[in-house]
Amino acid sequence: MVNASKQRIRGRGLIQLLFAALTNSFVTGFAAGKIYQGDLKRLCHPGLNCYSCPGAVLSCPIGALQAVIGSRAFNLSLYLMGFLLLVGATLGRFVCGFLCPFGMIQEWLYKIPFPWKRNRFRADTALRYLKYVMLVVLVIALPMLLVNDAGAGSPTFCKYVCPAGTLEGAVPLVLLSGAAKAPGDALPAGPLQPQALPGLPAGPPLLQGAAVLPGLEAQPVYQTGALFTWKMAVMALVILLSVVNYRPFCKYLCPLGAIYGLLNPVALYRLRMEESLCIHCGRCRKACLMCLDPEHRQNQPECVRCGDCVNACPTGALTMGFGDKRRTDETAGAASPARQTRG
Amino acid sequence: MSNAGRRPRLWIPLSLAGILLIALGAARGEVDTVFRKAIMICLECIGIG
Repeated sequence: MVNASKQRIRGRGLIQLLFAALTNSFVTGFAAGKIYQGDLKRLCHPGLNCYSCPGAVLSCPIGALQAVIGSRAFNLSLYLMGFLLLVGATLGRFVCGFLCPFGMIQEWLYKIPFPWKRNRFRADTALRYLKYVMLVVLVIALPMLLVNDAGAGSPTFCKYVCPAGTLEGAVPLVLLSGAAKAPGDALPAGPLQPQALPGLPAGPPLLQGAAVLPGLEAQPVYQTGALFTWKMAVMALVILLSVVNYRPFCKYLCPLGAIYGLLNPVALYRLRMEESLCIHCGRCRKACLMCLDPEHRQNQPECVRCGDCVNACPTGALTMGFGDKRRTDETAGAASPARQTRG
Repeated sequence: MSNAGRRPRLWIPLSLAGILLIALGAARGEVDTVFRKAIMICLECIGIG
């Protein structure tokens, strides 16, 4: 029998907010419709945080991974693989629960009162595999295999799915530009670029766009079209789903969550169970909004380390922290989502 | 009594492998590729291109 005081996970919301504010602290960007271009962008954010967000001071690991894979110089990114391996092996999905700005936004949305909250439904377990498809197909395979004449791949996940990029990057930039064209307007053929401002000499096309056109103080005017409409629809769907379902993007679509989830069972940061203290009351299971069973499996890929089960445990049998201070169940964590969810 | 025996501390070799990969990636210039991408607004990425 272990005499342990009950652990309380406190201040998670504050940590989420402070980390999101710290990593999006380029306030000039929000004021001027520019993005940060300093050296910190060589480093990656551990969570999903679009590097085209005006405030972002770090790079998005998923965007960066696609950028390197899709570049002409490299087919694999050792830098990003190493970064994700290091973060995943030490923190696992603690990143999702504490450090990811888009996870925080989804949690805020879930707090909106709504009479029909639904976390358990028949397709839930199967849908959780979708994020692995996103990772393999849209983040790795398509940017690697679908290349243009110049040999460059497209960041497929960012381009067609990522609602974080739309919310954190596209929406503020379009609003700040103040003169977006209506959805459905035809886009000019050719390289992507901010729309040329009236009265300015035409310059060479920019392959990836620019924060501000060289030598100009004025803000660029961004074009919106069918792709923007699609991205807005995906973002709206995720936002609406987040009101009724806890973290739907994290559960079903996030490729970063898929990577960290695979490392969650062996990560240094762990959920620990002391069986001698457990009274099998089931409160941890009821408290888990990810629909997991912390009593029987603590370190599973789907656990985002929110700590709700630890707080709900009346005896202190569940604790969370670095290392094996109170030995944990690690092997069960390697199970598939089908074995992890209750529904 | 806890619910599991000792587990191999896999996070240690995985973290070391991660550090090694970061170093190798940086040595072959991947950081610059990330940086070049990250300092430009990727219109394609965010759907406004």
